[in-house]
Amino acid sequence: MSLDAAMMRATAPAILPGSGGLRGALSDLFWRKPKVLLLLMLLPPVLWLGIVYIGSLFALLAQSFFSIDEFSGLINREFTLKTYGDLFQAANLDIILRTVTMAALVTLASAVIAFPIAYYAARYARGRWKALFYLGIMLPLWSSYLVKIYAWKLILAKEGILTWLLAKLHLLWVLDAWLSLPIVGGNSLSVSFTGTFIVFVYVWLPFMILPVQAALERVPGNLVEASSDLGASPGQTFRNVLFPLALPGIVAGSIFTFSLTLGDYIIPQIIGTSRLFIGQAVYSQQGTAGNIPLAAAFTVVPIVIMGFYLWGAKRMGAFDAL
Amino acid sequence: MRSDGSQSAPIGLKIAAACGLLFLHLPILLIFVYAFTTEEKSFVWPPPGLTTQWFAVTWNRPDVWQALSLSVRVAAISTAIALILGTLCSAAVSRTRFFGRETISLLVILPIALPGIITGIALRSAFSLADIPFSFWTIVLGHATFCVVVVYNNAVARFRRTSGSMIEASMDLGADGFQTFRHVVLPNIATALLAGGMLAFALSFDEVIVTTFTAGQQQTLPIWMLEELIRPRQRPVTNVVAMVVMLVTLLPILAAYYLTRDGDQIAGSGK
Repeated sequence: MSLDAAMMRATAPAILPGSGGLRGALSDLFWRKPKVLLLLMLLPPVLWLGIVYIGSLFALLAQSFFSIDEFSGLINREFTLKTYGDLFQAANLDIILRTVTMAALVTLASAVIAFPIAYYAARYARGRWKALFYLGIMLPLWSSYLVKIYAWKLILAKEGILTWLLAKLHLLWVLDAWLSLPIVGGNSLSVSFTGTFIVFVYVWLPFMILPVQAALERVPGNLVEASSDLGASPGQTFRNVLFPLALPGIVAGSIFTFSLTLGDYIIPQIIGTSRLFIGQAVYSQQGTAGNIPLAAAFTVVPIVIMGFYLWGAKRMGAFDAL
Repeated sequence: MRSDGSQSAPIGLKIAAACGLLFLHLPILLIFVYAFTTEEKSFVWPPPGLTTQWFAVTWNRPDVWQALSLSVRVAAISTAIALILGTLCSAAVSRTRFFGRETISLLVILPIALPGIITGIALRSAFSLADIPFSFWTIVLGHATFCVVVVYNNAVARFRRTSGSMIEASMDLGADGFQTFRHVVLPNIATALLAGGMLAFALSFDEVIVTTFTAGQQQTLPIWMLEELIRPRQRPVTNVVAMVVMLVTLLPILAAYYLTRDGDQIAGSGK
């Protein structure tokens, strides 16, 4: 206890003494002026995220208004809309359309597969089973992204386990018929859009299950019972009671599946055809082509699409289900 | 207690849920089998034979060790930064209501809500505009940014459960702000921070999309893995590394789950 604390005790005996020193002074300051403490707590994270992240986003936006000099390959730092003009070429529009279609299909399939898992976990799983379901969804969600893709490369390869399984079941002709189809087919599943689609669904599925489960947890069980008491068939109950109540959760999950598919470039690169997705276009523009402005402009596309998507989702009440 | 607790599910639902879970888990199990295969050139199933020799081969590969070491260092430092920033932010947001509070939550969540490629190319653009060369720290900069949210989510959930009157009681009993933090606040949020830190570590250790934009020529373990996936050199080594990576990321998740499972919100439900 320092000298000034002792003095304080002598002059103001009715009030508790401060603990003295710099530490005491600071502690007293924080107590008397909570705003100072609040400011000090907020300053580091806000500065970090503001400068590193928001700053980078602005840098990205700025880059998309620059252009590349076609002869020297240098970036010309003057405002121009030329890069956005380049973006709207037929080949690039193709890439955008392909990516959006894939994202929509992946979202739809994830919702269909996720619903039974989420419904069972929310309504029927209790105690130990509930924990098991929770881990059963959480472990695939958090396990290594690249290893998951690698696992599918093993499964979908021509000599892999899927072909082996189908051969054992004498169903190889189904696979061959599917692979001979245009667009979705290919040499083997690991170099076809079907393969890309399966892996996308696999990797993003947990992101769909969790919000749907959260939405279904909030549906009281007796609502479903009341519906069947009133004579609804299970199908009618699903259409008129469960589905509308789960919809905000599905929309919330679809934000993830849609946005993650829009931005991914590793899955279609490893399992897929040579036709590009938005992410791959961005990556190759900034890397081998060195055209950061065009890469930046390409990235603005998913941002705008997601902006509209989030706006629509907000109107459907999806954010309450997150 | 709900009345439907004992009711059993329709058989169709059971089958659909079970198939869904199998779909999620079988591919992961496959990784553990392939780590022991004797086949070198292809992904042939069933494995022609089982061996443990590739573990020794992988052990003696300096490139794997270098990549692993870089990944661990990046993840450790990013986690440390995320722990400090995330705790500060969550304490500020949950203790007081102030103007712009919602904006700050949004700011924290944004780096993980937007696709990784946007974060990646944004950082890449910023480095290019500011003429910052790629280094260890450019990787950390990106990783710490999206790890903050994991710590933040865990800490906010815990702060919501701890009552503010404990802090007031501590102050009434004569403790100053620092003592209160050390002896009252910290013990209360410690497990949540530990869980958040582990998840942040797992997230950073596994990150590849942002890293490809911020690493330049450096190889973290996921980038090493990506290289092997695109241009395979020695497949059995990749198999072994895949299994190790899977274990390294799963253990922190399980630990984080057991640390926070008694709470109303369990760690890891938002990635």
